[in-house]
Formats: sequence, C-alpha cells, structure tokens
Amino acid sequence: MTFLATIGSFIFSMFAEVGRVSIFARDAVLRGLLPPWYFRQLFEQIIRIGYNSLPVVGLTAFFTGGALALQIYIGGTRYNAENLVSSIVALGITRELGPVMAGLMVTGRVAAAIAAELGTMRVTEQIDALTTLSTNPFKYLVGPRILAAVITMPILVGIADIIGIFGGFVVGTSSLGFNYAAYIKNTTDFVQVADVTSGLIKAAVFGFIIALMGCYHGFNSKGGAQGVGRATTNAVVSGSILILAANYALTSLLFSE
Amino acid sequence: MPEPHIVLENVHKSFGTKHVLKGVNVGVGKGRSLVVIGGSGSGKSVTLKCILGLLHPEKGSIRVGGKEIIGLEGPALDQMMGRFGMVFQGAALFDSLSVWRNVAFGLIQGRKMKPSEARVIAIDKLAEVGLGAELADISPAELSGGMRKRVGLARAIAPEPEIIFFDEPTTGLDPIMGDVINNLIVDSVKRLGATTITITHDMASARKIGDDIAMIYKGKIVWCGPADEIDRSNNPYVDQFIHGREEGPIEIEL
Ligand SMILES: Nc1ncnc2c1ncn2[C@@H]1O[C@H](COP(=O)(O)OP(=O)(O)O)[C@@H](O)[C@H]1O
Ligand SMILES: [Mg+2]
Repeated sequence: MTFLATIGSFIFSMFAEVGRVSIFARDAVLRGLLPPWYFRQLFEQIIRIGYNSLPVVGLTAFFTGGALALQIYIGGTRYNAENLVSSIVALGITRELGPVMAGLMVTGRVAAAIAAELGTMRVTEQIDALTTLSTNPFKYLVGPRILAAVITMPILVGIADIIGIFGGFVVGTSSLGFNYAAYIKNTTDFVQVADVTSGLIKAAVFGFIIALMGCYHGFNSKGGAQGVGRATTNAVVSGSILILAANYALTSLLFSE
Repeated sequence: MPEPHIVLENVHKSFGTKHVLKGVNVGVGKGRSLVVIGGSGSGKSVTLKCILGLLHPEKGSIRVGGKEIIGLEGPALDQMMGRFGMVFQGAALFDSLSVWRNVAFGLIQGRKMKPSEARVIAIDKLAEVGLGAELADISPAELSGGMRKRVGLARAIAPEPEIIFFDEPTTGLDPIMGDVINNLIVDSVKRLGATTITITHDMASARKIGDDIAMIYKGKIVWCGPADEIDRSNNPYVDQFIHGREEGPIEIEL
C-alpha cells in the first residue's frame, strides 16, 4: 500500500511539475519574447550561449564524426559496403548526431550556467529588485536567453555538421584509405537539403528547451547556495532528457513520409 | 477623513498549509513613515512582498492611493510598481552591472532615460548617500556591507518614487553604521516627501525612522500607534519585544 502511495504521489508531483513548466513556458513566450526587447541583453547572451559554446561543440562533432566513420567502416566490411562510409557519416551527423551531441553539450554548459546565474539572482532577491525597478524579469532575463539559444543553436549545429563530416573525412582518408575526391563527391552527391534542415529545426527546438530549463530551474530555486546547486543539476538533467525525448518525437515527425 | 495613502485590510497569505498572514490591518498616511516590528518569521517580509505584488494574498484588500492592487496584472501592475521603491535586506545589487548602472537602473530601464544623463543623476544619488564618484565604475562585489546598503538606498531613491519600502535596513551592520544608514533614510525620505514602510527588529532603528510603529505577531498586527507612545503601550507583546525579555506572551518558535 505504501508502495502504491509512493508511486501515486510521484506521478502526481510529476504532472504538477509539467503544469508549472508549461505555465512558465507560456509566460516566457508571451511576455519574454514580445517587445520591448532588450537588445543589449540579447547580444550578450548570443555571445555567451553561442560563441562561447563553439569550442566544445566543434570538438565533440569532430570526434563523433571520426568515430562514426570507423564504426561504419568496420560494420560495412562485413557486407562489402565500405564505400557507404562517407554518405552514412554525413546522414548520421546532419540528421541525428550533430543536433543531439551539440544539444547535450550545450545543455551541460549553458543550462547549468543559466540556472546558476538566475538561481543566485533569485535567492539574493535580485529578481524581485528588477520588478521594483519597473523591469519585467521575463522580458529582461528569460526572453533574451531563450531567443539567443533559439538563434544560435542552429548556427552551432550547422558548424557541427561541417566539422563532424570533416572528422569523418579525416579518419576516412588518413586511416581507412579513401580517396579525397571520391569521399567528398560521395558526401555531396548523397546529402540532401532536407537532411540538413531537419537537423537545424531540431537544433532550434533544443535551444528553446535548454534556455527554458535553465531559466525555469533558476527562477524557482530557493534556500541559498544549496538550492542553487540543486537547480543547476535539475536544469542539466531535465534539459538532457527533454532533448532526447524531443529528438525522438521530431525524428518521427520530420521523417514520416 | 481621507483614506490613508496605503491601506491593508484583512490580508491573508498562506504557503501550502502554512498560514503566514492571518488578517493584517494597517494603514500609512501620506508622507508618513510606518515601521513594522516583529520577530523573525512573523511575516514582515511577506507583508511587504504582498504590497509589492511579488506575492498574491488569497484574501483581503491592499489599496494604494485608493486603488486596489490585489489582482493587478500586466501594464497596470507595472505602472503601480513605478510608484514604488524598495531597499532589500541584502541590498540585492545586480552583480553583473557596475555601481552606477545599478543606481541608474530604474532610470534607464524603467524611465528610458539616456545612459549619459542617468549617469549624472546616479553619481548625484551616490553623493547623497555619502559615496564618492570614484566608486561609480567598480563592481558591487568589491563593496563592504555598509556601502552595499548605501548603493541599494541610492538605487531605490533615484527614480524618486512616492512610496519606499525598507526591509531590515540595519540588520548585519554595526550600531554606528546602522545609525548612519538610519539618518540617510530619514534625510532622503524627507527630501522626497515619500511615504514609507520599514520592517525591522532593531528598536533603535524603529524609533529613529518611524512616525508610527506597528507590531506584527503570528500574522496579525497586535499593536499600532505613534512611535513616541511605544513605551506606554501597555501591550504585553510590545513590552516583551522592546525589552527583549524571554518571559511573556510571545511564544518562541525554534
Ligand atoms: N516563498 C515562501 N514559501 C514558503 N514559505 C515562505 C515563503 N516566504 C516566507 N515563507 C514563510 O513565511 C514565514 C514568514 O516569513 P517572513 O515574512 O520572511 O519573516 P520575517 O518576519 O522574518 O521577514 C516564515 O515562516 C517563512 O518560512
Ligand atoms: Mg524578513
């Protein structure tokens, strides 16, 4: 009986949390993304979220592309299908691994940083102070972060696509014995615009999730430094899970011909 | 008789099952200064946050200049906020902005003033609270506790609000610095002609700042009167509190 009660209360609190996140998301969009806009804040966040994530995303993409090339080659030789390496690397990176790996890495960096920053502002009453200075915290803090993440994630993923494919190319040509020109031709012949755009659409959605989770957990943190730490962890965990779930939903939606 | 500038009537606020405010009734006349005293956890900060629209009471009425503020939303609430200033307990300075940008925040973001003009006013306000222009460009992280309080005060008075709230302005300061802050509050409030509500458990501060004093206990106002009558209140709660005795009607929650 207590076991069932535990499950019951867990499910109730989960639904309550989903409801709170939905209300927060509605406020973030309705209040945060409508004018007046704080361009200075937006610009600052584009630098912090987008530009500063470039090294992490680039390195992740490069090694993922390389490892993918190796795996496909090893698998491919069993069926004499080694020449599929370039095209499958390109597909895998643009459709799935580019957006997902970038999304997860940026969650670790950015959702955590946003939750820590806004959480500190919450527990030191800086968010209340904004309100008393005629500044809506959703417009000043949440809006610019969400907008910056939605704008920069597709750009980051576009760059990750190129670097990831390049990672596959480096491994393919240097240790798997592919010919430079043939590898490139195989890639460009095979990849379609839709493969890339689907990944970029995913990236924009992931950007929204990342900033939303960072802001939501930051805004709702309480109880001093420990509370801020908890908010940071929750932002990363919930952001990562939501990205993987959204990725599945988007894949089945975008490729459901 | 006209209604006081700020009126709280039967205000109730709970958090879950915890009933924090149980019918607060209090009023402040225009240009007067009310000090609310009470032990920690008695609901002082919650009362302020209800007036500021940061918390939403379940029941009761809060009127400012005759206008109901419970239930205000969007632009109407923002407009009401524009009439308020608040000095927070921990100063709540924005870490990411320099000292002068903190002071000028309400002018630049709220009043859409040009930064160059706002900077001049900010440096003026810093001088008013006894801080030199050389501090204008440093980060709030480099300030001492007393300086942070002063910057918080300068930030609150810069947009010249008609109503100012102070949350424990002297807590955490030594008695001398506390007195300096009290004097600054009295001076700047007089200069603006503002109506103020201060919450504190520091009696020296309450006597200095308050025209009227109200005592809150267990979510209700148990006594309210002119500041100079507090020693003759004949109220057992007030007597116990101002003399800091352990014996008396106030239950000490651990
Ligand atoms: N946001 C909140 N959520 C839950 N409980 C709160 C919240 N804010 C205040 N409380 C509770 O309300 C009571 C009164 O708090 P407060 O008004 O801050 O006390 P004080 O008189 O010391 O300023 C405390 O017991 C506190 O735990
Ligand atoms: Mg308090």
